[in-house]
Formats: sequence, C-alpha cells, structure tokens
Amino acid sequence: METTAIPQQLAEIVDDFQALDEPDRLQLLLEFSRGLPELPERFREHPELLEQVVECQSPLFLTLEFAPLPERIVSLYFSAPQEAPTTRGFAGVLLEGLNGLPAAEILAVPDDVPERLGLTRAITPLRMRGMAAMLGRIKRQIRESPAA
Amino acid sequence: MVTIVLAERAPRMSVATDPHKKFAAYAHPERLVSTDWLAQNIGTPGLVVVESDEDVLLYETGHIDGAVKIDWHTDLNDEVARDYVDGEGFARLMSAKGISRDSTVVIYGDKSNWWAAYALWVFTLFGHEDIRLLDGGRDKWIAEGRSVSTDTPQPAATDYPVIERNDAPIRAYMTDVLQHFGNPLIDVRSVDEYTGARTHMPAYPEEGALRGGHIPSAASVPWARAAAEDGTFRSRDELDAIYRGEAGLKDGDDVVAYCRIGERSSHTWFVLQHLLGFQHVRNYDGSWTEWGNAVRVPIAKGDAPGEVPARA
Repeated sequence: METTAIPQQLAEIVDDFQALDEPDRLQLLLEFSRGLPELPERFREHPELLEQVVECQSPLFLTLEFAPLPERIVSLYFSAPQEAPTTRGFAGVLLEGLNGLPAAEILAVPDDVPERLGLTRAITPLRMRGMAAMLGRIKRQIRESPAA
Repeated sequence: MVTIVLAERAPRMSVATDPHKKFAAYAHPERLVSTDWLAQNIGTPGLVVVESDEDVLLYETGHIDGAVKIDWHTDLNDEVARDYVDGEGFARLMSAKGISRDSTVVIYGDKSNWWAAYALWVFTLFGHEDIRLLDGGRDKWIAEGRSVSTDTPQPAATDYPVIERNDAPIRAYMTDVLQHFGNPLIDVRSVDEYTGARTHMPAYPEEGALRGGHIPSAASVPWARAAAEDGTFRSRDELDAIYRGEAGLKDGDDVVAYCRIGERSSHTWFVLQHLLGFQHVRNYDGSWTEWGNAVRVPIAKGDAPGEVPARA
C-alpha cells in the first residue's frame, strides 16, 4: 500500500491552509512572508552561491546545504525582496515545510503540493507556478549534489 | 421652445486637480496626481484611493491610508470567460469599494503602475469619468518615506449604477487588429519578446504562447521607456521624442498597442491617450497570449517590423 509522501511538518501547513477560507489563507501566506528569515551573512556576501528561480514573478534566490551522510539533512536558504510578499510567502511555506528533512524525503514530496494549499483561485495558476518551480529546483539541486 | 445645448463634455472633476508644473505640459494633466498632492488630499470627500498591484499580497503589507484594494485578476476579470466583468459585476465591485459614479478615483500600484494603468483602463471601459493615476505609483510613495497603514477600510456601500462596458473606443479584439493593418501598431514588450527570441518576459514564467515574434508592421517601443528611474512618467518632450519621433506616430493616427496580456500596454495606452493626446488608441488585451497561439495569423520575427499584411 502506498503511504502519503508528504512529510509531517509540510502536511501540517497544508492542513492549516485547508482549514481556512480564502481571505484567511491569503493572510496566512502573508504571515509566512513576514516570517521568512534573512539570509545568513555567508550568503549575503556571496549572491553567486544562490540560484535564481526565474519562474517566479519577482526575484527569488535559493540555495541548499547538506549535512553529512547517511541521511543528508537539508538546510534551505531563500532570499526575496520585501515588495514581493507572495513570493516570500511561498518560500516561507517551503522553508517551514521542508527545512531539516533528509534529502530523500524532500525528493519524495509530490510535485503538486503547491496546488493543495487552496490558493490557486485567489493567486492565479500562473503565480502558483512560481512555487512549483521553487520545489522543482530544490529537488534538482538535491539530485545534482555531489553526494547524491 | 427649449433649446438643449449639448456641450462637449469635459470630465467632471469633483476634486480639484493637481496643478503640478510637469503635468501642465501633458494633453490631459487632470489624469495625474503627484505624491505631494495625494498626501494633502487624503480624506477629501469624493476622493477614493485604489491600490492595484501585481503581487496579490502587497496591499496587505501596508498601503496608503484609506486606500481600497482592487485585484486585476479576481476583481476585474470574469472568472470563466477570458473577458472583463460585466456592468453588474462592475457595479457590485464599485459599491463594495465605496466608489460612486461621480467619485474621483486615484489609482496607484507596484511595477511603475502597470496594474494601476490596467485598472484605470478597465474603469474607462465602463465610462467612469474622473480616474487618475498617482505619478510614480507605490514605489515612489514608499521611497519618499510616506506613511502606510495595514488597516483595511470598510467603506459604506454605494449605489453605483449598472453601466455596460463600451469596449469599441479603447479595446481591440483580434478581429479588429486584422482589420487595422496599415495603421500603426505598438508592441510594448521587451525586445527579446518582439524578435521572437523568447515568448515571455525575462525572469517571468512561460505563459504558453506557441509562436514567438510580433504582429507584422508593429513598432517596438518597450513600455518602460515611458517611465523614469523613479517610476514617474517621462516629461512631455521626452515622450514626444519617443512616440512621435522614433515610433513615427502622427496626430489623428488610429493606434493599437499590445503586450502579452494587455497590462503593460495599458501603461502605454495611458501615455498615448492621456499624456500625448492621441484620440484613437486601443489596447489589444488578447495580446501575444492570443496572437501567438492563433491559427493562421501573420507573424514577423526579428528586429524589423515586417511588411504590412493584407487586411483579413
């Protein structure tokens, strides 16, 4: 039998969104936007270490760090300007939902998770694609990392 | 016997216009307000301030005190057909936002007022008379350190009349564009979109146009050329040099502007119609996401505008 591949910490966020009506979902996304932490200094001084997610409507940069084998715990880092709260909100959801998980668990996250937040009508499918692209690039960086 | 004189109707301005010196050179200075003017006029009876952004959450992070939010997608577009709301839908929206038919509406937004100009153009489809843009938009207001609020206003509902859209004067459909050949077309997208090197904006998502290039004979004048570094509109002289000089537009021309979905070309429509005074300017909102997917319409690739096709 197939078990759900959504990690607990991400599943809780999806449930939180699903439990709200549309205006409150937007408000929750705004809270994730506000909660997105600043980049650590080592990245702020080296923007070339970050990858731009060009599918987002506003500049969004991300990078990953891996703890050693066997589990390869992933740390995620995002950067997006204050005037792009929707993009920041998507980043905030992925940070809280995926940060600190083993690489294999992140690779197993279904690609349609962004659609499960119930934001597509308010935010438009096009804008949601930016979030799907972030997830896609996180997975690709995991797959292409040397120890993969 | 009663004689009725039908004077040519000038816009009825219920709130005094901004006498800013830069605006006086434009064909319709009453269509712009400065940040100074707005700061002094917030709260004036009859004035409603509207924020319209690309980013759906930006308003919630803080907006001009008392401003209401209008979202281009969820408020102005029909939910099913690719079209705008109808007269009833618009009247409902206006009522909910506290806008009366004679309200002075000042619209501002992010990205140098793209979406604000788009909203202004949609208001124009419904003939709302007194609509103005905040020169420089949201970015200028913030850059000047002016106050913002996160309180969402709860305006009293108004009795806005149901007025059906009048598309023909300012909106072109694809069939109109096919009949328009021989008259000036302005493509306001980036140069790479115009040449066909790409089908979407740099750093923006692919929106599914199957073909790249431009409508044959269209001149390439990227929208941003009309905006200065701080997002304000360039001066009358600078705009004349771009649109009358380089693009060769002449008084009396019948002009169609387009982009990808009609939002950037609303910005150019505003410039041509209200700042430069062209009287026959239409926005082709189907734009490249329609033309670049349509079967058997002519397309030109590369830097050159290309031959004028026969009218279909």
